[in-house]
Amino acid sequence: MADIVFEARSLTKSYRNGEIVVNALAGVDLELYAGELVVLLGPSGSGKSTLLNILGGLDHATTGVVRFKGEDLTALDDAGLTAYRRDHVGFVFQFYNLIPSLTARENVGLVTEIARNPMRPEEALDLVGLSQRLDHFPAQMSGGEQQRVAIARAIAKQPEVLLCDEPTGALDSHTGIRVLEALEHVNRTLGTTTALITHNAAIKDMANRVLMFGDGRITQTFSNATRKAPRELSW
Amino acid sequence: MLDRKLVRDLRRMWAQMLAIALVMASGVATYIMASGAYHSLDETRNAYYQRYRFADVFAQIRRAPKSVLERLETVAGVIAVEGRISRLALLDVEGLVEPATARVLSLPDLAQPRLNLVHMREGRLPAFGQADEVTINDAFAQAHGMHVGATFKALLNGRKRALKVVGIALSPEFIYALGPGDLMPDDRRFAVLWMSEKALAGLFDLDGAFDNVSLKLLPGASETQVIDDTNAILARYGGTGAIARKDQLSHAFLDAELRQLDALRRVMPPIFLLVSAFLINMTLSRMISLEREQIGLLKALGYAPLPIAMHYVKLVLAVAGGGIALGFGIGAWLGEGLTNLYGQFFHFPFLIFRHDADVYAIAALITMLSAVAGAVRAVRAVLQLAPAVAMQPPAPRRYRKLLDGRVEVAGLSQLTVMALRHVGRNPVRSGMTTLGIAMSVGLLVTAWLSFDSVELMIDIAFFRTDRQHATLTFSDEKHASALGVVARLPGVLRAEPFRSVAVELRMGPRWRQLSIMGKPRQMQMSRVLSLGDEPITLPPTGLVVNERVAELLGLRRGDLVEVRVLEGHRATRMVPVTDVIKNYFGLVAYMDLDALDALVQGPRLSGVHIAYDNARQQELFAAIKATPGVGAIGLQRNALTRFRETIAQNINYSVTIYVTLAVVIAFGVVYNSARIQLSEHARELASLRVLGFTRGEVSRVLLTELAVVTLIAVPLGWVIGYGFGVILIQAFSSDLYRVPFTIERATYAKASLVVLAAAAASALIVRRRVDTLDLVAVLKTRD
Repeated sequence: MADIVFEARSLTKSYRNGEIVVNALAGVDLELYAGELVVLLGPSGSGKSTLLNILGGLDHATTGVVRFKGEDLTALDDAGLTAYRRDHVGFVFQFYNLIPSLTARENVGLVTEIARNPMRPEEALDLVGLSQRLDHFPAQMSGGEQQRVAIARAIAKQPEVLLCDEPTGALDSHTGIRVLEALEHVNRTLGTTTALITHNAAIKDMANRVLMFGDGRITQTFSNATRKAPRELSW
Repeated sequence: MLDRKLVRDLRRMWAQMLAIALVMASGVATYIMASGAYHSLDETRNAYYQRYRFADVFAQIRRAPKSVLERLETVAGVIAVEGRISRLALLDVEGLVEPATARVLSLPDLAQPRLNLVHMREGRLPAFGQADEVTINDAFAQAHGMHVGATFKALLNGRKRALKVVGIALSPEFIYALGPGDLMPDDRRFAVLWMSEKALAGLFDLDGAFDNVSLKLLPGASETQVIDDTNAILARYGGTGAIARKDQLSHAFLDAELRQLDALRRVMPPIFLLVSAFLINMTLSRMISLEREQIGLLKALGYAPLPIAMHYVKLVLAVAGGGIALGFGIGAWLGEGLTNLYGQFFHFPFLIFRHDADVYAIAALITMLSAVAGAVRAVRAVLQLAPAVAMQPPAPRRYRKLLDGRVEVAGLSQLTVMALRHVGRNPVRSGMTTLGIAMSVGLLVTAWLSFDSVELMIDIAFFRTDRQHATLTFSDEKHASALGVVARLPGVLRAEPFRSVAVELRMGPRWRQLSIMGKPRQMQMSRVLSLGDEPITLPPTGLVVNERVAELLGLRRGDLVEVRVLEGHRATRMVPVTDVIKNYFGLVAYMDLDALDALVQGPRLSGVHIAYDNARQQELFAAIKATPGVGAIGLQRNALTRFRETIAQNINYSVTIYVTLAVVIAFGVVYNSARIQLSEHARELASLRVLGFTRGEVSRVLLTELAVVTLIAVPLGWVIGYGFGVILIQAFSSDLYRVPFTIERATYAKASLVVLAAAAASALIVRRRVDTLDLVAVLKTRD
């Protein structure tokens, strides 16, 4: 059995949305193992993004414990979480969140400048198939290309974990599959533990494991005996 | 419904709106202040002149029989003539070590004076023929705490007399009361005494005669013609040339001050209105781009473009309304403060505070217009947006490499590159922000350079030109042997004579009336400085003039100028101009004393500059108080102290105002600019935080951008300050004095530091918002 990267116990998260109290997470227990690609599947509002944000150190749990390689994330303050994100986590978001004033190479360089053991930006962009677009600004690239720059940026520091929140949500299926190929390639070649959120059930087939979400809980967990390659997927 | 949005928008953006309103208020306040003080003083002066029948033309002569007055009355354009006796006297006042100088004036005994009436503050006028009764001017009385019944001694025509104060009064002739030879008014040492004409004529041997005349002209009469006719009549009685009201000392000083106020209200407010228009444009453009989808929705719902545009215009007008109201309050308050301050230097019997509705209306209107002008471009975008387009997010912002990537030197971090590209992305906005900050630097440089210029003026005037301790002016011209008499007074270390001769200098059609100062060729105390500030030796023949005279008459070295002597034999000669020299005070011309004696009729002296032993000062002053023939004494050290005091009081008030305004501008511009940048880049900054950048690192992007803009603005501000300074100094220069232009390095540094501090403070307030960025929320939304 591979090492446990993340371990969560009785995790809850509630927040006030105006007058209403929302229980986004209602007691989640999970482990993520080194090198695996996990898909978190569920409808909107089922709590998967909240979980990802807590795992990624962007948000605090209300109760419960999260450990990253044995270290209790819930005990960290803002500076501690910042350092944690900087050193260990790569993020990919639905809307890419690139810096519009920086080129592809510079967007990646942004992260490699502050990383401990980074690869070269060119190398990271080559991994996602963008070695021809190094000096383009985000506004000059398609959505799929932008998302691949975001992936290159996330993996260039060689993080232990890569957290992806609906990475194909804003893309058509053809482009989305290219993005998933890039993620799969990274997971395979670098061995980065990858958690991928989606509400697109087709994607589950490329995962090692699938966690099904509903109403703030994990309702079902299963492993794929055989994984499909992204290009075999369709939606 | 839209109005409810308006109120909520104002509440939500209160800090930015307040910053804009403050800049507007500054513009309105300066205008109201300067206009208020200007109109108040102008009105006060006009009312004073009119009620107290201030004359239009003044002339000093040696002595003329009263019958000459009747001839003056027949001059075309003259409606009233007043002849009187006007002499100088030294005073011996208890408690005052130094001798004081008095202008002694006669008042008609059996009738009201026809011109230059006095305003009685206390007591009465001297009784008919009473040679020991005087009415004194209010400023002198206040300086010594004198009231009716007080006594002092005066040296009148060589005889010392005890005088009793029977009244205290003010006169339109002495609103600005400057003693002979003084650079600054000194109320302790300069008095105006009014005495019975009969008594004074007896004392000065002028029965049935007069030596000073004032004329009042018919409206529309030609002043120049009257002066020419008057001079023709008075020439044979030793007339030294009549002067118009504009050259009357008190009037000229007051007028110069009013002109400065006028310049202030014309120059300053537009700067603020320009900056506030720009701030409105910047803030509103951002607001509208954030509300793009709402605008699209409103249009889709069937709102016509006009009501939507009006919604934003109303927002701007609401902010302008706030700024205007605040500006009205502050401006009225500062205006009265300024008027009162002027009231201390200028002696009025009353002050009329004017709050003209039209001034307020103009200020409000111009501010509203500039605010709407600032909004126009942003609002026009609203009108043009098609609803379907508006509801789409705007196209992603395009960036370019700076100067095609040439400046992107290796070694700059990506965060710095980001900041620099943000500056380059909006050149107009960055430029306007830079200009706004530069304006505030410029304003500070302008405010502080007046200190630098005055210090230079003091150095040149008191430590390099007139280095004597005191100047004794004789009541009449004396024989050259008077120098010896003065030199032998107790404690006198050195004595240097001078002669002052009234002349008219003519160069083609241009002419000016002034005095030529005759000085010994080698001067040790009162020196003449070249344009390069080096002391010069006067040439044996020829005239040297200061820059102002050269400028007014168009004179250059080597020109022959016509000199019409207005005294003695009244000769007219062509004299070469041998040099143009430096002197900041008045219209100045020098000649070698012997050459001047040859030109007029010599040798005669008007006075003596002395240096004395400080330890024997009391003894010396006592002797001077008892020396007949000394009409006035000027003390350099007193003059310097007064000069510094007056300048400090006067400049401090305006500098305090300028500094406050400059800080308001710097703060307003940087704060708004930072808020807008934050609003535009919030998503990127949040992304950086997600990527693991610390709060400090993320803030650096924002602060670097502001720092770049500010650092470009600082040197630009120096240039602007220099430019404003030149204009300001020009507005300060008149025939009376000219202010040298200089800016110390420390002034540039100080101005920069204040603006940098204000910018840093406002940037740090915005930085705190970076700390509270909601990472999750920002990432969930589309830009």
